[in-house]
Amino acid sequence: MLYNEPSPLETRVLSRRFGMPDSESIETYLATDGYQAFLKAAKMTPDEIINEMKASNLRGRGGAGFPTGMKWSFVPRSSPKPKYIVVNADESEPGTCKDRLLMENDPHQLIEGVLIAGLAVDAHVGWIYIRGEYRYLIEVMDRALAEAYQRGWLGKNIQGTGFDFELYTHTGAGSYECGEESALLESLEGKRGVPRIRPPFPAVAGAFQCPTVLNNVETFCAAPPILLKGGAAFAALGVPKAGGTKLTCLTGHVNKPGVYELKLGFPVKQMIEEVGGGMRNGKKLKAFIPGGSSCPVLTAEECEGATMDYDSMAQRKSMLGSGGVVIMDEDTCMVKACLRLMKFYSHESCGWCIPCREGTAWLTKIMTRFHSGGGSQQDIGLLGDIAKNMLGRTFCPLGDAAALPMISIVEKFRHEFEDHLNGKPCPFEHSNRMVAV
Amino acid sequence: MTFSPQLEARFAKLLESYPAGRQRAAMIPMLMYAQDEVGSVTDELVEEVAQRVGVTPLQVNEVISYYTMLHRKPLGTYHVQVCTNISCLLHDGDRLYEHACQKLGIENHGVTPDGQFSIEEVECMGACSWAPAVQINYDFHHFVTPEKLDRLLDGLRKKQ
Repeated sequence: MLYNEPSPLETRVLSRRFGMPDSESIETYLATDGYQAFLKAAKMTPDEIINEMKASNLRGRGGAGFPTGMKWSFVPRSSPKPKYIVVNADESEPGTCKDRLLMENDPHQLIEGVLIAGLAVDAHVGWIYIRGEYRYLIEVMDRALAEAYQRGWLGKNIQGTGFDFELYTHTGAGSYECGEESALLESLEGKRGVPRIRPPFPAVAGAFQCPTVLNNVETFCAAPPILLKGGAAFAALGVPKAGGTKLTCLTGHVNKPGVYELKLGFPVKQMIEEVGGGMRNGKKLKAFIPGGSSCPVLTAEECEGATMDYDSMAQRKSMLGSGGVVIMDEDTCMVKACLRLMKFYSHESCGWCIPCREGTAWLTKIMTRFHSGGGSQQDIGLLGDIAKNMLGRTFCPLGDAAALPMISIVEKFRHEFEDHLNGKPCPFEHSNRMVAV
Repeated sequence: MTFSPQLEARFAKLLESYPAGRQRAAMIPMLMYAQDEVGSVTDELVEEVAQRVGVTPLQVNEVISYYTMLHRKPLGTYHVQVCTNISCLLHDGDRLYEHACQKLGIENHGVTPDGQFSIEEVECMGACSWAPAVQINYDFHHFVTPEKLDRLLDGLRKKQ
């Protein structure tokens, strides 16, 4: 089901079946071009499929934004080992709630995307790694898988193409770190979710040490529309270096929070004002996180002229990330928001790399002291210092994911830290009232 | 240990879902599904799963301690999980959490004396656009106000 009203400004490609009656059923899927992209791909060579993906300019939708076609091309197809497809449905980047909708409303699109990836890299087995909290989606996906097997869209010799594919669901058990690809693979193998040292990358030695394509749910879901309408048509929806649309989760202080599918390159201001219905209670924008809590925070001034795409965000020294947009109004205490994020990263650090394990813990301790009025002038510098010393010194990006928002908040909102000094109570507590929704 | 036929069928399917010799991969899903039936990850369950996937109980314990959703002690019949991460925080999720603690008279990871409710302050659960969000067992509740939460909890209490 849908949890918010769609917006007329959306470009619904991946979400086009959302809201249709029984959108999750195979009947609805087949009646709306379902599995036609797979049949088309089955007549193509692996290189032709990969070239179509490259032409689409699709970049990974989980957060890192790596070009998908290139990722698929890294799989050594001639390897004697079996090749595997793994779907990252461990959506847990704070601010992000889109993969949930893709699976809930259109599970067959994901299955078809996996099949296309299977054809492209000669893989015949795959797993959908779904975060533990999304138990109801395991039921949804299992039902869809059963339908697909029953109708001959999974299993042996799919629709007479000679192509075999087995697909399974796999539940996680509560861990943000398992959204990181190598930690996810460890977890899939029944181990603690501790990241692996790379190289080798998953394309060469992934699940069970075999060549593996591992992508986000939204990335796989883009494959059927790309194959069906052509890579060029998908690319044309976006901006020159990044094709297509992005499921964007508007969260925080807007009138109409929700998940909306927008063309890449959509203007930030228009997104807040028109898609999101403007700032709640007519307040002013203070801070903006473009795609999940791991991105550096932007100020309202930096949002001027910004568009939702990789380059525009990189120019502003932030990232497009996962599509989890967090919008904060003028009454938000940035010290409190930052403290909450540090608490999160400290809780989720797997503990392997010392800069991350110790750094996130210290940042949380200092921020806690700061927010309660016990901070000192020196602490402000210390926060930035600790965070900068975490950057690039860990095996996975979790250390950076904590350090980047910390550095950006302390640099851009230093005055708010100063306002908490000398035992002063939080200057924003008075305005933080309950709002009936 | 004996499990329900449904759970046994699920176990059988899980053990066939991974490459030969890689049955350890079934461990976490088996623990997750069994926990729902048993109530928590008991020592007996650890031994059972270890034997079924072909590892030592120590190796299972080592994995359990990593994951927040694998519980060694029983939770309440209704496990109330309140998100206070950034998107929920901006909609007063922290106050909603405090309200829930007061209402139930327990603190984080606590269980009510009658075993009906337990509470946990959780990290982002993927309901950010419909904040503040609460999960009770596996059910999501969106746009939760203190009043709505009161009604929900009172309703569950009566159901018992």
